[in-house]
Amino acid sequence: MPEREVDLTRVRPYADHLGDGLVQMSFTLPVPYSLAARRAALELASAMGFEEPEVVHYEQLTPGYTYFVMYVRCAATVDFASLQEEGFDIEYLSEDEIETFAAEHVRRPIVVVGASTGSDTHSVGIDAMLNLKGYHGHHGLEGYRAFETYNLGSQVPNAALLAKAIEVGADAILVSQTVTQQNLHVQNLTELVEMVEAEGRRREVILACGGPRVTNELAKELGYDAGFSKGTYPHHLASFIVRELAARAAVPR
Amino acid sequence: MSAEARSKLDLDPGVVNACRQAAHQIAEQVTEQIAGMTTVSVERSVTRLLGIDGADEHEVPLPNVVVDQVQAAGGLDRGVAFWLANAIIQTGRSPQQIAEAVAADDLDLCSLQVADEHQIRERAREECAARLAQISERFAERRAWREQLGEAPTPLRYVLTATGNVYEDVVHARAVAEAGGDIVAVIRSTAQSLLDYVPYGPTTEGYGGTFATQANFRIMREAMDEFSREHERYVRLSSFCSGLCMSEIAAMGAWEGFDNMVNDALYGILYRDINIVRGLLDQRVSRMINGYFGVVINTGEDNYLRTADAIDAAPSVTASQFINHQLARESGVPDAQIALGDAFEIDVPVTNGLLYEWAQAQLTRELFPDCPVKYMPPTRHMDGNLFRTHAADSLFNLVTVATGQGIQTIGVPTEGIFTPHIHDRVLGLQNVAYVFNAARDLGDEIEFRRGGIIQTRAHEVLAGARALLERIADEGLIDAIAQATFGDVSRRRDEGRGIEGIVTVADGYLNPLVDLMREASYA
Repeated sequence: MPEREVDLTRVRPYADHLGDGLVQMSFTLPVPYSLAARRAALELASAMGFEEPEVVHYEQLTPGYTYFVMYVRCAATVDFASLQEEGFDIEYLSEDEIETFAAEHVRRPIVVVGASTGSDTHSVGIDAMLNLKGYHGHHGLEGYRAFETYNLGSQVPNAALLAKAIEVGADAILVSQTVTQQNLHVQNLTELVEMVEAEGRRREVILACGGPRVTNELAKELGYDAGFSKGTYPHHLASFIVRELAARAAVPR
Repeated sequence: MSAEARSKLDLDPGVVNACRQAAHQIAEQVTEQIAGMTTVSVERSVTRLLGIDGADEHEVPLPNVVVDQVQAAGGLDRGVAFWLANAIIQTGRSPQQIAEAVAADDLDLCSLQVADEHQIRERAREECAARLAQISERFAERRAWREQLGEAPTPLRYVLTATGNVYEDVVHARAVAEAGGDIVAVIRSTAQSLLDYVPYGPTTEGYGGTFATQANFRIMREAMDEFSREHERYVRLSSFCSGLCMSEIAAMGAWEGFDNMVNDALYGILYRDINIVRGLLDQRVSRMINGYFGVVINTGEDNYLRTADAIDAAPSVTASQFINHQLARESGVPDAQIALGDAFEIDVPVTNGLLYEWAQAQLTRELFPDCPVKYMPPTRHMDGNLFRTHAADSLFNLVTVATGQGIQTIGVPTEGIFTPHIHDRVLGLQNVAYVFNAARDLGDEIEFRRGGIIQTRAHEVLAGARALLERIADEGLIDAIAQATFGDVSRRRDEGRGIEGIVTVADGYLNPLVDLMREASYA
């Protein structure tokens, strides 16, 4: 039954009206295109815990592989109200506010070293964060007075990134992972944390990572201070770094 | 665009001519600057064309084993062909048997008795000519079969696969062929461009792509040939003659019957930090091989727009097309085999962005009417919103068909998220099929308003390209690259990976393959 007000302790997906729980999904099964394949998709959706599964489209990709587009109803709910209280949402500072904040609380250039590491050839993420040009009209950290930046580009070995960070006395190390496969980014990110720890520098440096497959939760799980996903602008990252540095300065090591 | 079609952009032939003149001058300077040098990978490609294949017990490829031995003995300045031909004369063995003996430490090429120089030259030339004839024959058969089966009308649909496992690639390749893909390219594992050897054998692990090996080439070729036979439609294969082994991969592709090859040194120079001179030397020979056997090469101008702004950097794309066109011609590649790069990369919120894209795409076609052009989809500004990407790809497809591009890399909705999944590629191909069919003859119906946005933009880009080309002609391509002219990336002549693999040649340097290919292209 449609509910009149959103119960933030029991939220489910919204499509047409409150509480309908409709979810759109698509996937391929390695089975021949057939009525049995369609049936398999419906049963699979039920096994996932969805109700009233519907296949709105299915087709053969190549013999033995069938692609499905489905709508399903999600009966499960999530308690948004308690998540809201956990402080996930940061208020971002503007470029000017960051400069002022850094001048007041950090009072020295903040050294940031970044790279797209491992076999990843894409520098687009790290360039957007660090280079003057930035992204969608937001300057990268290079354009801030508060930051001294080193962008090492793509395909940088973790060891080289760490060596540079030590050489220039980095306050923060940024790692970008753009296009990855089979969770290679997780291995790669983990390796860097282990190396930083092995060097005994984990407490001195802010470690942050970013990329379309990276989340703040994943980053923290891997031992990073923060993770930045799609939709991050340089001032989001900069807000985090200046605040974190200020907070660390306030607490003696 | 047919040759007799009128310019839709009303380009000034004087400006176009000035661009060509400058590009010609630049290409000649490059040829002079890299004269008198060879590289370890050029020499390895000689061994490969002579039939040397396989690896030693430590998995070092035999072409490396042979070239490394000659280099260690200080003999590479004569060319590996010299030492191989001498060994053939002295031992009566085949190049492959010689390589195996070298790997087994049973033969030291440079300490054999050296035969009469003239006799060595003759023998080397005979071996090479026989091998080229053998490969040419395979190509001629393939060409005849391709023509008999027929291909789709242009733009040809170029689709990438990249699972890391060659056997999964076969599944993806069949799916994309079934959905209308005309050219399948297996993306290489990302680190491969920096390896100074080509791995040996079939591979099932790779990241961001699958290793280009001769065995993988063969597996893909057999699978696509089987598809072509079953469906009576020829599916082309492509790979990447780039990185530190450009010319070796050209040699492998030639033997395995690949139809197309990405073949541009600048990509490796700018984005993989490969030394400029090394890259240009390897490029020259790899393009010679591709040109000789009728392989279509793709150049990489589209990549600049991944790091530089698509609106500001448009003249650098056009300038690079002029230069690449001249460099390819200098390596004996005819226009019909030069697919110059271009891309649809203007950010989505730009007002009239579609018009600017249209101007650029039309400009490329009009400047190089006999070159196929490879047109690349939007990638840089595509994010996790796959529905928006799918919409942007529709506009890209429209511009592709309306401006008559020869080859189109298809756009995929999940661009920028991960290496696309099997159904993402099929969705991309369905979008292409819809738009190409719905707007098949749109280009013939369109003329642009004189002095309108599209014409004006094309004129501006061309004028910018001219200024840039004239500047580069003054300072030389190598210095221009040092000044970050392309893709906002700067590389210097005396830096970069692979620099240690450059060898200054001695008098009497022998490379009959290059000589024979050059004679053929200028015959």
